[in-house]
This record gives sequence, structure tokens and C-alpha cells, in this order.
Amino acid sequence: MTDGFLVLDLVLGAVAVLAAVGLPGARARAVVAGGLTVLTGAAGVVAGAAALSGTASAPLRIGTALPGIELAFQPDRLGGLFLLLVSGVGVLAAASGIASAHGPSGSRSGWAAFALFLLGMQAVPAASDAASFLFGWELMAAASTALVLAEHAQRATVGRAALWYAVMSQASFALILAGFGVLAGKSGATSFASFAAVDQHSAAASWAFCLLTAGFGIKMGLVPLHVWLPRAHPEAPAHVSAAMSAAMVKLGAYGIALTIVRLLPHGPAWWGAVLLALGALSAGYGILRASVTSDLKVLLAYSTSENLGLIALALGASELLQAAGQPQIAAAALLAALLLCVSHAAFKAALFLTAGSVLHGTGERDLDRLGGLQARMPQTALAFGAAAFGAAALPASSGFIAEWVLLQSLVHATPADGRAPIIDVVLFPVAVGVVALTAGLSVLTFVKAYGIAFLGRPRSPAAADAHEPPLLERIVPLVAAALVFALGLVPGAVASALGPITTGTTGGAHPSEVIGVTLPGLDARLTPLWVLALAAAALVPAVIATVVSARRAPARSTALPWGSGGVLTGARMQYTATSFTEPALRVFDDVLAPTRDVAVTHAAESAYLVERVRVDVSTEDIVERRLYRPLTRLLDGLGVRARGIQNGSIHRYLVYSFAAVAVVLVVVAAIR
Amino acid sequence: MSAVLTGILQAIVLLLIAPLFIGVVRTVKARLEGRVGAGVLQPWRDLRKQLRRPPVRVESGGMLLYAAPVVGVATSLALCVLLPLVSRLTIIPADLFVVVSVMLLSAIAPALVGLAGGTAFGGMGASRHLTILALVEPTLLLAVYALSIPTGSSNLSAILGARIDRPALIVSPVGLLALAALVIAVIAEGARLPVDNPSTHLELTMIHEAMTIESSGRDLVWLELGSQLKLTALVALVGNLVLPWGVAAGAGPGLALGVVALAAKTLLLGGVLAVAEVGLAKIRLFRVPELLAGSVVLAFLAVAVSAVVPA
Repeated sequence: MTDGFLVLDLVLGAVAVLAAVGLPGARARAVVAGGLTVLTGAAGVVAGAAALSGTASAPLRIGTALPGIELAFQPDRLGGLFLLLVSGVGVLAAASGIASAHGPSGSRSGWAAFALFLLGMQAVPAASDAASFLFGWELMAAASTALVLAEHAQRATVGRAALWYAVMSQASFALILAGFGVLAGKSGATSFASFAAVDQHSAAASWAFCLLTAGFGIKMGLVPLHVWLPRAHPEAPAHVSAAMSAAMVKLGAYGIALTIVRLLPHGPAWWGAVLLALGALSAGYGILRASVTSDLKVLLAYSTSENLGLIALALGASELLQAAGQPQIAAAALLAALLLCVSHAAFKAALFLTAGSVLHGTGERDLDRLGGLQARMPQTALAFGAAAFGAAALPASSGFIAEWVLLQSLVHATPADGRAPIIDVVLFPVAVGVVALTAGLSVLTFVKAYGIAFLGRPRSPAAADAHEPPLLERIVPLVAAALVFALGLVPGAVASALGPITTGTTGGAHPSEVIGVTLPGLDARLTPLWVLALAAAALVPAVIATVVSARRAPARSTALPWGSGGVLTGARMQYTATSFTEPALRVFDDVLAPTRDVAVTHAAESAYLVERVRVDVSTEDIVERRLYRPLTRLLDGLGVRARGIQNGSIHRYLVYSFAAVAVVLVVVAAIR
Repeated sequence: MSAVLTGILQAIVLLLIAPLFIGVVRTVKARLEGRVGAGVLQPWRDLRKQLRRPPVRVESGGMLLYAAPVVGVATSLALCVLLPLVSRLTIIPADLFVVVSVMLLSAIAPALVGLAGGTAFGGMGASRHLTILALVEPTLLLAVYALSIPTGSSNLSAILGARIDRPALIVSPVGLLALAALVIAVIAEGARLPVDNPSTHLELTMIHEAMTIESSGRDLVWLELGSQLKLTALVALVGNLVLPWGVAAGAGPGLALGVVALAAKTLLLGGVLAVAEVGLAKIRLFRVPELLAGSVVLAFLAVAVSAVVPA
């Protein structure tokens, strides 16, 4: 069944590319090519669901022009889950794109690249050998680079963002290629099944793990490899950034899960410690950056870094617990990682799509210039608010379930019998602290994003004139936001579907349920529907009292109830996003290292009368400043020096080619 | 069925005690400071007076200004039902992580109200409130971690049960460290001295009061009652962790004792809180992180010790 739908998927995707290239007229192209892309995604959803449920199927083999190399696609359960996720996000993003893609992103190349992007993302989790995986990976990287470049003629910043993105994604490709190369060299074949025969405790396996973690870490946006994320996401068109953030970066998480679950299961404990530390660093730093950023899309990009950090943390915890001989808790941690992936796909798609709607409706991405959008864009506000609920991991949302499972697995990691390894005794409390800080700061971040953009009074004329986007662009984020709550309220169904993946490697069975989640061996059970019922029951007396009181004393509305006694408090006197996070900026001064520049202009002849005060607070990414700037400077210097060997003389180039041929001959002779 | 009845009983008891708790704290403080005070029933009278008045709302506030205060008080009420306060039998398992996240939810309602007002002070209060909330979170969850290690479960009823069976757990170094961390977290979360001054009249130092500064009538009642319920429930939780006796094991006649024990513990702790607050001044906002960092260290030590030294 899976293979049939994979073929259908491929055909639909190819037709979508042809339609995008061939059809004249932007409207027809959007409807036909966009519609076909939606169908491509839908076929992938079915194929993924079938693979996730464990339906047996024959591998799909595609011959290539190269002799002896063929592409093989046969997703297992883990691959099926990610195929389902990326395809589902693809459906939502393409549907929204039909309404929202205008200009360059709705051009021939725009739609063709989007269809290829989706096909590439689907090929990665479906692949069953290294060559097919890398083919899909490179297709995805190249097509998404083209999509990030779409609006390069409009804004100068797009070019630099695309350059950063292209360099980082090619570095990622090279590292993964090297990692698979090490495994292929050791096992003598390129299929994933043969990689699993490599001894996990050999030096080669550890090299492969490090290379693959670095390669996948770039795609996940793990700190310090995250620099491309806050540049590329904001510059891409809305539906592209939704697909990149909700689906593509998650394939990095798939890569790591593939490595530690399928290719090299039961690896040494230090792998887990590395992943856990990397994840904790990304989660903490990502959410800190997100909390002090006032550009809405940059904020969402940093929050992606945070979410993927949590996923890496959960994967690391699972690996550590596996090594400590606690398979049931390790299974729970792996389940948490997968639930985090599912939840992040739903809420981040909704958040990026609504951020795009805000950008369309107001032309602004800067929270400091927004405000009062709830009254002007009610459906967008609803979708953003609901998705932000999931992003802040509040009860009844999918994010909450995922974090609950993660915390349960972390607090059960060090039993009171004193036989937990000492490294666990330090690492797990730190992990709990980081997860908690992340949860608290993400509440701060998303209350800021929602409260400043959608509540209060408009802070600029553009925000005052905001309007809702077309129908389709309003509905798609609402669907994604509804999924956040569906997954949050009926998590048992999802957890039982994911159960076989987690127990397949660790042993034991996962209970099958619908509305609640039970973690076997952890004495922990959660039924979010009951929590919601409890809250609803508590609402009843409050609502009755409100209605009774409203009948006796109806509310009055006024332009300004009090304003602390101020008569004219303009909209500019409201708190902005920057002022909202000033306390957090001060508290985390050492980590964020902001630079403050205060320029005071005095009135003429007076040291006391001030005419104007200008404050510049810049919060540049310190990882970029301290790590990447010296690196790019070094590369620049090498480039300048390398120019010396190219002086334009044809004689010199002939000598170079002669020398190159000679070296090749010597090497070949030496090997034979 | 009996679980539902105990839940309703708990909600009613907390609704009665919460304003009284605030009244006791204020009266004890007043007496210690040489004032007469307005009497322990004054919070009740305030709420009743405000409930009769028509609320005045800002025009640009929209639906949120109607809904957020009601949702806020409902989540606080849900928190009162969720915790094992009168009885260890709760409607749904009192998982501490669920408790913490319901608490987060009830803390967001006033912040959104503050931002919806469209003035400077509302935003200021919301900003400070959420910053402190974010910093309290690690302490809370690490304290939960420490409490859950001896029983192997984060279910509060099980934790209370273990404490009744083995009172040594309460005074063990781990128990004391976790409790100290929890108390600091509760004070910060409940906006009490030295983190926030609940009786301040100076807007620039306000945290909780600044968020509700534009609210009036029943909106203000719900916000105030919500925060009173939350504080009282948390104080009662601390009381139950220190003195787990008197909490009924299930439904039945033990509930009467449970109600009396709960009221006694809560009001006693209210007196202790008042005495402590008389001797404390509000610390600067940017010194609060230092206090909270200290509490994180206490909680971390509690976890590390309990994992290494078998209880």
C-alpha cells in the first residue's frame, strides 16, 4: 500500500512541477500547481500513515542513469511518521500558498521549486538507503534555497540570508555525506539495514555519530549551528517559511532519531550526554533570543531553535537512559521527542502562516509597530492565539502533552535507590531546570507576541488599517490551530500510534488508548480531557455569577477608563515588545550581551533642558559575533590569498593542469 | 461520585477561606504595626462592593476583557479542586506537573488583561509578572522533582500519603531543602513581600496591582478573587506538605476533620506570613532574580542529594 501511494505521490509531484512551468497566468498556475501540490502532500500523508501503522509493503526502486546505483524508498514506522508530518505540513502550506503567493513566490519557478521542495522532504524519511536519503536531502536543500531567494528583488537582506542558508545547508550535506561514508566504509554497503551491522562501540561508529549529529544539527538549528535559521525564515514567503520551520528542520530531528534508533541503536552513554547538552543549550539560548526579539518572524525562528533543542534533549535523555539500563523510561523519553515533533509541526505551521497574514494585512513584521489587531483581524488572532497556546505548552494543547511526557521521563531517571550513574544525577536535574526555564520563557515570549500584536491600541497607521487576508489564507491556520488542540485533547490515539516506534528498540509493549496517556513503568497517567472538563465545570459558577451581575450592573465602555490619571495617553505610551522584555534582557544580560547607546540632545544653551533622547538597544546574536565573524574573516583572508595563484596567464594554468594529472597518476599508481 | 463531591466541597471551602486568609494576613500585619486594621472580613466586603458596581472597560479591549477575568478565576478554582487539600481523593490525579501548568494558565489571564488595556502600566505589570513567572518555573519544577523522588511518582496524593506513613521524609535534609525552595516559589508566584508589595500605592513599584489597574467592577473581583484563591491554595499545599495529618484519606466523615485542619493550617500560615512580612521590605525588581537563583540552587541540591543518598 505504501509503495503504491509513493508512486502516486511522485507522479502528482512531477505533474505539479510541469503545471507550474507550463501554465500561463498567475491565477491558473496558483490553482492548478498549488492544487496538485496539495494532492502530492495528501498522497504522502496516506503513504506515511500506512507506514506508521506498520503495513508491509514492497520497496519502491527507481533506477538511475548511473550503473549499479538505484534509489530505494521503503519507509519504516519512524520514517512513516515523518513522511506523514512533512506531507501534512506540505498540504497546509501549499493550500495557504494558493491564496497568499503573489509576485515572485507565485511565479513559475516559485511553484515548481515548492513542489520539488515537498518531494525532496518526502524522499528523506521514505529513503531506505544512504544514496536515496542524500538525493532527497539535496533536492530539499536546493529547492528551499531557491524559495528563500524568491523576493530578492524587493529586499536587499534576502540575498545575504540566502547565502548564509546555502552555505550552512551545503555544510550540513557534506557532514552527513561524510557520516554515511564512514558507516558505508565499515559495513561495505549503503543500505540502512547494513549500517545497523556496524558495532556501536567501535571508533568508526562514534565518528559517524559525531559527523551525523553535526550535519543534522545544522538543519535542526541547534546552537551554535543555528545562525541560518533567524535569517532564512523571516525572508522566505509565508507558506515557505511555514514549510521550512514546521517540516524541513524536523527532518534534522528525524536524522538524529534515525541514527540512534535504527542505524546505531544502543550506543554508548556519552552520545546521549552530548545530545542532551546540545539540546539544553539550544532550548535555553533559543527561547532567550526569541523572548527579546521584536521581529515577529525572527521570534518564531528562534523559537524553532528552542523546540528542536527540546527534541534533541529528549533524544539524548532516551539514549542516556537506554545506556543506564532503564528501557521503559528511555521509551517514554523517545515518545516525548516524537510528540514534540508532531506538536511542533501543528503549531509552528499555524504561527508562521498567521505571521504571514499579519505581514500581508499591515506590511509590518515589527511587533513595536503593531497592536490592536484582534479587532481588525479576528480569525487570524484566533488562530495565532490558539497556536501560541500550544507553543507555550499550556494545558489542553499538544505542546503540554509532549512536555509532560518529557518531564515525567526526566524525573524518573534518577531513582532514590542511589544506583543512578553520577553523570545522570547532574545532567537530569539540569535538564529539568532548562525545560522549566524554557516553559516559563516561552509563556513570556508568546504572551508578548500575542499581547503586543493583537491587543491594546494600534502603534502605527499600518496596524490601524489592517485587514483580514483572503478566505483560504484565514482557514488554513485555523485548521492547523485546531489540530494543536485535537492532539492535546486526544493524545492517547497519537501516543499509541507512536508506541511501537519507541518500544521497538527498547523492548516491552506500549498500551493502546485513545483519550489518555499512560507511561508504562512510570506510574504516570494523564487524561487531558478530564482536565478540560474540570476547567469547564469551574467556569460554570463563574459564568453564572457574571451573567447575574451583568444584569444588575451592565458594563460601560470608554476610550480610556483611567490611564493612571493621564488625560491624553497616546498609543505610543503603551508598552512595546522591546519594553516588555526589558526586564528579561537585564536579567540575562550576561548571555545576551546587549549594547545600549543613549544619545541626548540638549536644548541650546542649557544643560538641563533636553530636546530629544534617542536610545538604541541592539541585541546581536553573540554566537554569531564571537564565533562566526572570526570564521568568515578567516575564510575571506584565505580567499584573498588564494587569488594570488590565479594571475590570468594561460601558461600558468597549463602547468596547473599538468601537475594535477601527474598527482592523479601518482596516487592511482600508489593505490594499485 | 464521592470524588466529585469532595471536589465541590474543596472549591466551596477555598472560596470561603481565600478572602478570609487575606483578611487575617492584613489584620495581623496591622496589629503588629500598631494599627487597628479593617478587620478580617474586609476583603469579603470589598469583593461584594465591587461586584455590585458596573465595570468600566476600554473600548479597544474587545472580547478578551470580558473573558479573561472569568477564565482566570475559573482556572484558579480548578486549581483548588485539583489539589489534595481537604481529602487525598481528587477528581483527577493531582499530578504536580498538571498543577504547575494550570497555575501558569491562571497567571496569564491578568497579564493579557493588562496588555489589552492599552496603557503603560498594564504592560509594565504584565512584563514584570511574566518575567518573574519565568524565573520561578525552574524552582517549582525542580522542587516537584525532589518531592517526587522518594515516592517515584509526581502524584501529590501519593506524596502526601508517603509523608503520613513516613514522617521522617518531612524533616529529612532533602525534604527541608525542597520545602524552602517551594516556599520561595510560592511567595514569588503569589506576589507577596519581598518580591511584590501587595499594599503598594506607588505605580512604579507595582507588579500584580499594575496589571489590574484599569479593571473595575466584577472584572476586578474575578482577577482579585483568582489571585487570592491561587495564593490560598498554594499556601494550603505547603501546609499539607509540612503537616500532612488531618487530610482525609477519602470521602466520608473524615472530611469534616479535613476542612477544620485545612482552615487551621491555612490561617496559621497566614499569621506566619504576616509576621514575616512585617520584618521585610520589598527588594528591587532586579534583585529578585538573585533570590530566585538561590531557590533554584536549593531545589537542585535537594534533587542531587536524594538521588545519591537513598532515603
